[in-house]
Amino acid sequence: MQMYDLPDARGHFGPYGGIYVAETLMAALDELAREYEAARHDPDFQAEFHHELRHYVGRPSPIYHAKRWSELLGGAQIYLKREDLNHTGAHKINNTIGQALLARRMGKKRVIAETGAGQHGVASATVAARYGMECVVYMGAEDIKRQSPNVFRMKLLGATVVGVESGSKTLKDALNEAMRDWVTNVESTFYILGTAAGPHPYPMLVRDFQCVIGDESKVQMAEQLGRQPDAVIACVGGGSNAIGIFYPYIAVDGVRLIGVEAGGNGIASGQHAAPLSAGTPGVLHGFRSYLMQDANGQIIETHSVSAGLDYPGVGPEHSYLKDSGRAEYVSIDDDEALAAFHNLCRYEGIIPALESSHALAHAAKIAPTMSKDRILLVNLSGRGDKDINTVARISGIEL
Amino acid sequence: MSRIASTFAALKAANRKALIPFITAGDPAPDRTVPLMHALVEGGADIIELGVPFSDPMADGPTIQRASERALKHGVGLKDVLAMTGEFRKTNTSTPVVLMGYANPIEAMGWDGFCTAAKQAGVDGVLTVDYPPEESAEFAAKCAAAGLDNIYLLAPTTPEARVAAITRLARGFVYYVSLKGVTGAATLDLSEVAARVGMIRGNAGLPVGVGFGIRDAETARQVAEVADAVVIGSRIVQEIETSAPEAQLDNVRNFVAGVRAALDR
Repeated sequence: MQMYDLPDARGHFGPYGGIYVAETLMAALDELAREYEAARHDPDFQAEFHHELRHYVGRPSPIYHAKRWSELLGGAQIYLKREDLNHTGAHKINNTIGQALLARRMGKKRVIAETGAGQHGVASATVAARYGMECVVYMGAEDIKRQSPNVFRMKLLGATVVGVESGSKTLKDALNEAMRDWVTNVESTFYILGTAAGPHPYPMLVRDFQCVIGDESKVQMAEQLGRQPDAVIACVGGGSNAIGIFYPYIAVDGVRLIGVEAGGNGIASGQHAAPLSAGTPGVLHGFRSYLMQDANGQIIETHSVSAGLDYPGVGPEHSYLKDSGRAEYVSIDDDEALAAFHNLCRYEGIIPALESSHALAHAAKIAPTMSKDRILLVNLSGRGDKDINTVARISGIEL
Repeated sequence: MSRIASTFAALKAANRKALIPFITAGDPAPDRTVPLMHALVEGGADIIELGVPFSDPMADGPTIQRASERALKHGVGLKDVLAMTGEFRKTNTSTPVVLMGYANPIEAMGWDGFCTAAKQAGVDGVLTVDYPPEESAEFAAKCAAAGLDNIYLLAPTTPEARVAAITRLARGFVYYVSLKGVTGAATLDLSEVAARVGMIRGNAGLPVGVGFGIRDAETARQVAEVADAVVIGSRIVQEIETSAPEAQLDNVRNFVAGVRAALDR
């Protein structure tokens, strides 16, 4: 494996990434890139970040052998990286702490965020409360209806939640609106972007804050099993939990990296959120990557049972890893994800997020084809308490 | 000389300032766009900025977002916008048309295909909001080769060194975004605009247009005292949005004529 040191100075991962924004934001992105570069090499910043991860988030998160489920499947052994045990219940907090510390370092007292299912919004509201910052969260009006407990959580934490009525009223529109806020309030405001996407330096800095997942995994696998997994599997929406666990493994030979996109009603139906599996490259939200788009270059609506994967683009580093062949990308449809969700509940006593259930479902699909001494490491990126209303509704149960 | 350059040269000779109204192509319906373009010219437009609808207009405020959504409901894409320009050119060969939009529709058509088709349709300039110079050198070269003027935005936050670098790449005119924010936002600090435009003019050998936040004839007149061109977008789109269908052309023509009169006063 060649040395891997992407992105380049302007945020390119091969032909992907970059900075595609209106001129008004260029100075702010330059400033952010400069500050991040300094923070990255500042031992005090890194020490505080890791102190917070340990004492506030509860890291390191364990790696757990899903023994009963593996036995049921009858093939490879499945291990789970338990990001669901983090404070706020998902990997999102790793990134929001990193960005909030950057905001504080830059003297910004106001933070904004976009959110789809509400997980990143909750993680942003949490750190804003923790560090005493004003927080505004943009959320599509449709998502607000679907995710009311998370809306209330954000409000409890002191954030202002702004409903977005434009476009499809979902995550992509919330991101547009957050960008518009940032353009307007660029001097006072730090934009906490929720995934490893957006204009440079966001894909890089979100990856760097999230790669604690993969760094820990390497150490834990060596300690617990004396070896690394045969494959690492993670769900991919924007792709931050996936890049967080993949990145430290890119240079490790013999470890397959498998990203799992949301297949919705099936790729053939066209109703999905799988740009790497069925999209084409283009420019959206400040970066170049694979996108779901029509022949006119308009972004098309996505479909997934999981709100957190319901995004028409994907982080640029995943597009690069796909083209280079270092990572493989597959899709899992709604029904397969729901089956894995129920199985993990019943066989392991863990309620997984619907997002993570896509990664679990792919593990369940390939484990039986592998021998029992093979190891699959699945990033269990979040817990599923937030999804119980969705699952109940699909099952025809009224709560 | 390009149609944009000769327009500015003629205005300068007459000691007048350029009025550049904006409408979104396909808003409120595809068959309204060419008549609206002619109405803009009748009202006194020197250059027309024609918005290319996009599903995710990140730099636009609610008014132009709604215009984009109305156009997209009719399925209006970049190809249709070029066809509308071609139709306009059948009876108007003198008023420059600048397309304003986002990168992805151009990416989907392909740079070469777009440049050829745009030139053929009679487009004069291209302003792509999310193509900063760092990411668009190759596209800008293709535009130049096809005879299309590549127009860049400059912002209140753009440092002077960067202003100099951008104006070296720019053709036709440069477009100064007169406020921090999206299109159609409320307030404009005229003294700051004057200072910035002066600095830009010191760097650019091109006319300087000012837009974002110009909502009435009087503000337009004040901006025109320091700039070479005034761009009005959201306010005109609002005129279209709030007019009864049969009154749209008259209302738009009259609004533009009012601004024209203030500029020429």
